[in-house]
Parts: sequence; structure tokens; C-alpha cells
Amino acid sequence: MSVVHSAPKFASSDGVLEALSKALGPMLVSAKEEHGEIILSVVRDQIEEALRLLRDDHQYQQLMEIAGVDYPERAERFECNYCLLSLTKNHRIVVKVHAAETTPVPTVTTLWPVAGWLEREVFDMFGVIFAGNTDLRRILTDYGFEGHPFRKDFPLTGYVELRYSEEDHRVVYEPVELAQDLRQFDFMSPWEGAEYVLPGDEKAPAAPPPPAAPAPAPVKAKAAPKAPAKKAAAPKKPKGASI
Amino acid sequence: MSQFQLDQAPTTGDEVISNYTINFGPQHPAAHGVLRMVMELDGEIIERIDPHIGLLHRGTEKLIEHKTYLQALPYFDRLDYCSPLAMEHSYVLAIEKLLNIEVPIRAQYLRVLFAELTRICNHMLNLGSHILDVGAMTPTLWLFEEREDCLNFFERAAGARMHMAWFRPGGVHQDVPLKLLADIADWLDTRLPTLFGDAMSLVVDNRIFKQRNVDIAVVSKDDAVRWGFSGPMIRGSGVAWDLRKSQPYDAYAKMDFEVPVGTRGDCYDRFMVRVEEVRQSARIMKQCLAEMPEGPVASDDRKVVPPKRAEMKSSMEALIHHFKLYTEGFHVPAGEVYVATESPKGEFGVYLVSDGSNKPYRCKIRPTAFSHLQAMDFMSRGHMLPDATAILGALDIVFGECDR
Repeated sequence: MSVVHSAPKFASSDGVLEALSKALGPMLVSAKEEHGEIILSVVRDQIEEALRLLRDDHQYQQLMEIAGVDYPERAERFECNYCLLSLTKNHRIVVKVHAAETTPVPTVTTLWPVAGWLEREVFDMFGVIFAGNTDLRRILTDYGFEGHPFRKDFPLTGYVELRYSEEDHRVVYEPVELAQDLRQFDFMSPWEGAEYVLPGDEKAPAAPPPPAAPAPAPVKAKAAPKAPAKKAAAPKKPKGASI
Repeated sequence: MSQFQLDQAPTTGDEVISNYTINFGPQHPAAHGVLRMVMELDGEIIERIDPHIGLLHRGTEKLIEHKTYLQALPYFDRLDYCSPLAMEHSYVLAIEKLLNIEVPIRAQYLRVLFAELTRICNHMLNLGSHILDVGAMTPTLWLFEEREDCLNFFERAAGARMHMAWFRPGGVHQDVPLKLLADIADWLDTRLPTLFGDAMSLVVDNRIFKQRNVDIAVVSKDDAVRWGFSGPMIRGSGVAWDLRKSQPYDAYAKMDFEVPVGTRGDCYDRFMVRVEEVRQSARIMKQCLAEMPEGPVASDDRKVVPPKRAEMKSSMEALIHHFKLYTEGFHVPAGEVYVATESPKGEFGVYLVSDGSNKPYRCKIRPTAFSHLQAMDFMSRGHMLPDATAILGALDIVFGECDR
């Protein structure tokens, strides 16, 4: 697919994936190039050696970011993405490790002092433990906060709310009380296969959909983003034909 | 406290002065927002600083996960509220990278034009407050006059002075009137050089200003790289690294400008790098105005960019697209990208994870202030307490962005 977007263009990634995969050797779990990004998964316990190798031998001098991601359905639910930047090669890569709540990730503060706060943030938000980080305190949440707010199972509203109490002359925490339900709108197209039974549609059999003629899109229909595969696989409701 | 007591403590009469700890902030005019710094002092010399951040943490990244891609855009204005369009820039480019959608050339020029106007606007505030922090009043007021001009231009382009939400995936929201471009060109030729030149003539060679900034918080090239510096902070240390030059996005590849670098890596260098950046931004804006072609300001991919109101009056398809885009929103192919642009403060990145649905699965924001503020401890060690405000001013920190 040719690149037509105007996002930042760094040096060509030709051959980088192979070269880095070879250099990392047994430390590497998987490697891929997607959307112009090189993503290397490495063994959790060897992240420090892997990053040291990339920094010293492959000129990735700067650690710009450690991005935590939570996938609750996985056995090792957390991902730590280390975004590296090479100032000399003008290139970026992402190095990934997986972790669970109980499996600590070795710290990389030994390589970059900037990792200190980045690791603190991932710890604060997701509860990933970084072994060897001597200053693993919470950073963004309040003093005495409990829980890890960016986990997918942490509710958007949180569990506690703050108010100033006139009686106690201080700020007090109370369980969160919503005046109305938190509105989570579902705007996904029902005719692309909702994952629940539509109201009034209980008796509709899971019949194969009639070959509905798709509405002709005015321009560039082929360039439009396709609906995700899991949606396409779901049975189509006959209602769709009338739209 | 006793373990920090010196063997030979300075004395005043019979009284022994030992180390003590003070709280800088959370409400302090020189803290540029809600920053609490626990400072350990030996007399007036800083021994250690522990910045406590997060007092403005609003959970933006979590909120974004519950919004469609378009609904999440205005959150970016509220990160660094001094340079809102630069924040949007990274986000829309990240979406466009995942979608691989083409942006019309006029939209690219408009984005560059307004991103540079944002840079001027941001630097006016930062330079002004830095000067104010070290004790001068007049230049600040003059620079704010220009910031006001910038905000007026934003208002005329987008309808809002600060929270524009004007960059959209696929282009910009609306075209600008011709008169606005003419007025910007006029402003670049007259008011900006005059006012900015006047204000800078008061400070750049001023003895007091130099005494407060030269040789304060010297950062070497190696330290700047290890501490993850970017933007004017790394350039102040002598590394000629500018994402607009090295990793050009939108129309920056066509622009002719220079990257100023410092020689000593102190607060004065960082200040002067920003002063020169304002002039270079003006240069880029003039090129944009001269070269900007006519044409559409947003992609014509109707599965991403909503149609214009007039079109909806006569076209059923346009109406359907409009409805679907403003309710369900567009779907973004699964994948993950890290897109970073040169915001006025440094590298502002967005790590966007899409699962193929209409909402981001995860949107990690890489703030510039986070790594810069972390270096506050090692930068201020051994300096005097009043230097901390000068160092903080040269860091250019905004807490909306740092705490998210």
C-alpha cells in the first residue's frame, strides 16, 4: 500500500527489521512492521539487555516514552511499549514487553534516567511493577490513591469523589454517587451486526442476510476504511436491506 | 532531618542553621500552574528537588478511550492550552497514519501556517513569563499584546480563541477568509517585528537578565539526550534536532527555515533559541502565505470527513454520511502508531492503539514537560533558590500537558 498520509517521515525502514531481529537473537519474541512502525517484542526479563544493545550498538540514543496498554483478556495483560528514537539515524522503533500484575519488568533507569518517571507513570496507571526502580512511587494520582485507573476494568467514574466538608474543615473522600447513569452511547450500526438482540427484534431468526445492494458511495468508496473483521463475520440483520 | 546536617554549618551568632525543606507551590506564580516542589535547601543553595505533579491530572487518556476519534479531538486543546493546535496536530496525524488518508495540499499549508502561529503564540507567553519570573515587567506586557493578536487570528479562523478544535482528521474544519490571510501577512510585516524587537531589545543584552540566566542550569549534550529532552531544550544544549526538519510532516518539507542551536546549554541559550524560533516561524508563515494554493481544505473521503452543510441540503448520501460520522464516527484500521511532532515545547507524541472500532483502544500522550520536569532535580542542584524560577521558566512547562 502506498503511503499517502502526511505524518512525520523518518528514515527508511528497509532492512532495519531484519538487522535488528538478527542482532537481538534469542531475546526477540516477535517482530513486525505495520503502518510504517517497526515493533519488536522482546523477552520480559531481558528488556534491559535488549535496550542496551539497541542504544549502544544500533544508535537508538533516546527513550521518548513508555506507553502502557491493558488487554484484560490476555494471560499477561499489560504491555509496555518503549518508544526509541535515533538522533543519528533519524529513525524510530517500538520495543514491547508483556507483563502481568505479579511479574515485574526489569527497570531501564540504569540506561536512561528519564525512565524513572516514565516507569512511575506506568506503575501508577496500570500497576506494572518495575524491578530495580528505587523510586517507584505514584506520580499522577492523589496521595493515598488506591487502584490503577487506566486499567480497562477501572470504571471511568472512579470509586471515590472529593468534596470540602464544612463540618470537618477539610477535603473528604466519599464513594462516588452519580445523579444519573453514566451515559455510554452505542453508535455502532445495528445492521453491521450488534452483539446484543435489538429491541423488538427478539423473534427475528438468525437468517442469512439477503444480498443487499450496498449504497453507492459517492467518492473513493474503495479507500474507505473497512469495518473490522469481527463485525463482518456477525450475522447481518435483514433490516439492513431497507436502509 | 538530622542526617542532612552539615559538620560545619554556617552560623549566625549562636544559632546553627541546618538544612531545611520548603514547599514551592502548589500555588506559586512562578510555578506556571499547579506544581509542588519539595526543595531541600542548605541555606539558599538547592540540594535536592522532588517535584510532585499530577495535581491537574484529569484522566484525559481514559476519557479518550470512551469517545469516538472525532469526539476525542477537543481534549487535545486542553492539554497544552498555550499551544492547542500543536497538540491537535500530533493526534490528527496519528489517525491519518492509521487510515493512510491523503490530506489536500491547501489543508497541509493551512495546518503549517497555524501551527507556526501557535508556536509564536506559545513563545510569547513563555518568553514573557520567563522574563517576568526573573524580575522584568514591561516586556511581558508587550509580548502579551502580540499573543492577543495571535488569539484574534485563531478566533477568526476557527471561532474560538484558545480551544480551536480546528485540525480534523483529513484536513482542517473550515477554510479561512482571504482577508484573514492578508491580515496575517500584514501583521508579520509590521506589528510582529516591531513589538517583538522592542520587547527583546529590553532583555537580551540586559545586564540583570543575563546575570540571572547565563550559566544557570548548564546541560551538556549527553545529559540532554539521556534525559529525553526535545525541542528548544535539546537545541539549547547544542543538538540541532528539529522534527520539522528531520522528520517533516504536512508541508514542512517544502519550507525553508533554520534551526537555531545554543552553545553553552544554559537558561540564556534556551531563551535565545526560542527568540530565534519566533523569527523562523514568521519566516515559515510568510512562505506558507506566498505559496498556499487554492483547493479543498479537507479530504474528500466521505467515510472520514463529513460533508459540508450546503451539500446536505440536496444530497441524501451527504445527509447519511453526516449522520453516521457524527454518531458512530469513522472506523480506524487496527494497529498501533507512535506519531510525534515538534510542538513549541518539544516532541509531543501520541501513541495510538486502534482495535478497528470507532473509538481508540488506547491513546497514550507523550507530554514534553514530563521528561523536562524530571530533570529539574539535576539541573538545579547547587544553584540558589531564586534560580529555580529561572530554570523553571526556561523549561516551558504547562501543567495541562504534563499531568494530562
